[in-house]
Amino acid sequence: MAPVVDTLRLTAEEAKGLLERGELTAAELRGAYFDAIGERDPELHCYLRTTEDAEGEGVPIALKDVISTKGVETTAGSRILSGYVPVFDATVAARVKEAGLSLLGKTNLDEFAMGSSTENSAWGPSRNPWDPARVPGGSGGGSAAAVSAGLAPWALGSDTGGSIKQPSALCGNVGLRPTYGSVSRYGIVAFASSLDQIGPVGKTVRDVALLYSIIAGRDPRDSTTAELPEPVRLPEGDSLAGVRIGVPTELNEAEGIEPGVRDLVRRALDLAADLGAEVEECSLPRSVRYGLSCYYLIAPAEASSNLARYDGVRYGPRAEASSYQDMVDRTRDEGFGDEPKRRIMLGTYALSAGYYDAFYGQAQKVRTLLIREHREALGRFDVLACPTSPTVAFPIGERADDPLAMYASDILTIPSNLAGLPGLSIPCGLSDGLPVGLQLIGPQFGENGLFGVAHALEQALAFDTVPERLR
Amino acid sequence: MAISRDEVLHVARLARLALTDDEVERLTAELDKILEAVGIVAELDLADVPPTSHPLDLANVWDDDVPHDSLSVEDALANAPEVEDGLFRVPAWRQ
Repeated sequence: MAPVVDTLRLTAEEAKGLLERGELTAAELRGAYFDAIGERDPELHCYLRTTEDAEGEGVPIALKDVISTKGVETTAGSRILSGYVPVFDATVAARVKEAGLSLLGKTNLDEFAMGSSTENSAWGPSRNPWDPARVPGGSGGGSAAAVSAGLAPWALGSDTGGSIKQPSALCGNVGLRPTYGSVSRYGIVAFASSLDQIGPVGKTVRDVALLYSIIAGRDPRDSTTAELPEPVRLPEGDSLAGVRIGVPTELNEAEGIEPGVRDLVRRALDLAADLGAEVEECSLPRSVRYGLSCYYLIAPAEASSNLARYDGVRYGPRAEASSYQDMVDRTRDEGFGDEPKRRIMLGTYALSAGYYDAFYGQAQKVRTLLIREHREALGRFDVLACPTSPTVAFPIGERADDPLAMYASDILTIPSNLAGLPGLSIPCGLSDGLPVGLQLIGPQFGENGLFGVAHALEQALAFDTVPERLR
Repeated sequence: MAISRDEVLHVARLARLALTDDEVERLTAELDKILEAVGIVAELDLADVPPTSHPLDLANVWDDDVPHDSLSVEDALANAPEVEDGLFRVPAWRQ
């Protein structure tokens, strides 16, 4: 008889072991996840669709619905892509399939990955497994909530301003935004091309490292990818002797950081010192003051260009109109939700004649400053540490009508994203019963270093990733 | 005001969005607030700082010039709302 699998606790690595030792069949393992999905997804709404018939004898996986999957509807959470069935796989989807991973389904997100709560999904919000009255974060809230609720052992997300790291923090699991250029974007629904990265979400740092090793590396179909300078190493040690951790004052004392979040991050850093790390304050003087503004000019500008392709001609629904021009303009107005429209408008404005230099051009120069100050800090430290999100998961609806309040959710994840650097969020405790994420930022292609530090801390923190109400 | 109603209408035309009157009104107010917030980038003197378009040090990435498979016409048209004779069909261009 097959062992009873508790999907809430099973790591991908353990699942892989069970399959390899023949203690469980792939069908039994998938069955356990579909049972969990049947039980908990009606409440949490992590999945937009499940794929019971998918092939693969390895560990199952969930993919955020910005990742093109051949023959499986891919909407990016938008009405304008409803009914769109890709005729090819994204490179990351192909790579997980080649590794034998089987698809459980496509996970919910803010429309076009624009948001910090999944409330912008055209198909309704996902809910946080720790407290269903609260958001799971976003844009990849579906992937993060699915992993925490035992509805997938691991998942892929995409991160432009924090869409992997922030939901992982709010759901109490591990999320990696890899170095810009380390993972292919071929076949990904594009949002902001100088920022978008695909990355893994899992229960443990080792799971995340393992999944990263499957998807990372140059892709001839994406000219913005690079070969990794060294192979991915699964972390093992529990010492931080000799590791230099920089604690940027601005990112640890920013306005809006909740006391509970600040205290838990401080405790995690004290623990790092106990494990042998040298923990020292440092400064990223412009990252908090200008990062968010820089991002909200560059990302919408790129989005306005990327989203120009949705014209009712090649895919998606089409609005009725007697002329081509009216058809395009109406299709776009009816198909896009409020947040994409806001960003298309903002980006078009920032790129328009007369405003380009003052807004978009200036933001690109600010980006250079942020890259320089991160490089300077990472010349002195191996990793930088700060909270991932200034707050714990917030109630559904709380920021939905205030775009600027929603944008501020990513104030701590955005600076290193603009610099193209890898960032890893690991859970470091509970504040009022809700998870808090510690963000670790490394140098370009410094993922192995991040995994090592995060794994050692993870062992010492011994955070229980299973939501209290589901234990 | 950072942005006027007329400017919003102009930008909507550039962005190919047939906004409703309600949307124009709401977006004018929202964009005004957002532009005021992001406008703080103007306070930095960056005359000597080069712009960054992309955070990865890559230029001129070449691929071997060998033919490979591409989408069939059938696949390329598979998701189109309207197709005729192997082509995307659209309403007539407004004269």
